[in-house]
Amino acid sequence: MTTTLQKDLASHLLACEENVQDTVKVTKEMAPDLTIEEAYLVQEQLVQMKLDKGLTIVGPKMGLTSKAKLTQMNVDEPIYGYVFSNMVHDNKSEVSMKELIHPKVEAEIAFELGEDIEGPGVPAADVMRATAAFIPAVEIIDSRYKNFEFTLPDVIADNASSSKVVFGERVPNQQDLELDLLGATITINDEVKAGGAGAAVLGHPANAIAMLVNMLAKKGEKLKKGQIILSGQLLKPS
Amino acid sequence: MHAQIAKDLHQAATSRVSIPPLTATHEGLTVEDAYQIQTEFLQLKDSKETRQTGRKIGLTSKPMQQLLGVNEPDYGVLFSDMLIQNDGVVETNQTMQPKVEAEIAFVLKRNLQGPNVTAADVIEATDYLVPSIEIVDSRIKDWKITLPDTIADNASSGLYVLGNKVTAPRDVDAKSVGMVLYKNGEIVGTGVGALAMGDPATCVAWLANKLSEYGEELKAGETILSGALSAAVEAAPGDHFTAKLAHLGEVNVRFAKS
Repeated sequence: MTTTLQKDLASHLLACEENVQDTVKVTKEMAPDLTIEEAYLVQEQLVQMKLDKGLTIVGPKMGLTSKAKLTQMNVDEPIYGYVFSNMVHDNKSEVSMKELIHPKVEAEIAFELGEDIEGPGVPAADVMRATAAFIPAVEIIDSRYKNFEFTLPDVIADNASSSKVVFGERVPNQQDLELDLLGATITINDEVKAGGAGAAVLGHPANAIAMLVNMLAKKGEKLKKGQIILSGQLLKPS
Repeated sequence: MHAQIAKDLHQAATSRVSIPPLTATHEGLTVEDAYQIQTEFLQLKDSKETRQTGRKIGLTSKPMQQLLGVNEPDYGVLFSDMLIQNDGVVETNQTMQPKVEAEIAFVLKRNLQGPNVTAADVIEATDYLVPSIEIVDSRIKDWKITLPDTIADNASSGLYVLGNKVTAPRDVDAKSVGMVLYKNGEIVGTGVGALAMGDPATCVAWLANKLSEYGEELKAGETILSGALSAAVEAAPGDHFTAKLAHLGEVNVRFAKS
């Protein structure tokens, strides 16, 4: 796959994001044979374009971390994308629907790292040790693909559907936190609409971060101190 | 008619041979009929052998209510012969088509009589919270139930297991308690207290108020299973289930191999 095509795909997806415009999946015509590895190369181009615009990375985020999602997409590994500074909205602020194509809301635990973590071979316990704080987060995903119709390479190229994030109050890491048993609920207009527990994320949210570290290690990258990383969706719709 | 249906259910329960849906064989069966049948069905139990130990609330989740097309829960009665000790074994002859759910159980220290019982009243009247596994079961063939079917069948009650750790109701917010259900070491369900009608204590309050319509009340010492926190999971011989609930601890049960 040529760098030109990678850049073309990245530009196309970035334009869709900026113009709040949906598109048919890139594997439909633009790149029918796109592999997962190539899709991450497209994502890298997209990330670079955002960096060139002066945006900064808040941290990576994990996607497809639930068993149901993995089964639905017929894969055994989750995916990742990147959250940028301009995606973060203040807690309790308003988000304009004009900036979104077809938003969906997820509840997640974010990990704020107190140290760098570098794979491969990082166990979840190392992630817990290196974490300075946990932050409750609402992630608003907004695939650029029409009707959320995409294959795995499509969604990877599309920065894992990243769109907006709202962080709550940070909770300093304590040793006795049982993140797998941590309950989460989403209420919409005061009515409980969905709920779940930390274990919905690959058994334990730290498992997702450990997997991310080890995936990044394949590209010679690491997680950095100060990054805030979304570990994956906690909820099952009710 | 009620007496005959109650006998049919009792016969199904004792012989462990399921029967067709009551609503298929008795057209027009209402919810009111169903609760009367439930009472008659339970009166057929041998009172020398078993005693009432509490109640269970069913259909507390949105998905279950939607599935059965209803907008309120239902309830059944727990008996002493339904209790399986923590880490205990369920023998094959104790169930017909068992499914497993994890719940928060409320054990009462005071009677709760409706109407107008609130979630705060429930907390006030609760001695302790304890994690529980409910093994639901159906005397109706292949679980082909509508609302009157399950109500008449004691809200599809089977067996129940309680954990060993006791937690004061004021020490934990039941609605934010996370839950993980494991089957043979694999996660088969996750949930949170709020999935039971927004708050498990609200479910218990609902029950106290509902019972008052029949001149009944919840009694001190009774165990109330407040509602499933994730979808029921089918159990097969040899399966081992663990439910872990934040702050409340865990509860285990095993199904005999044969």
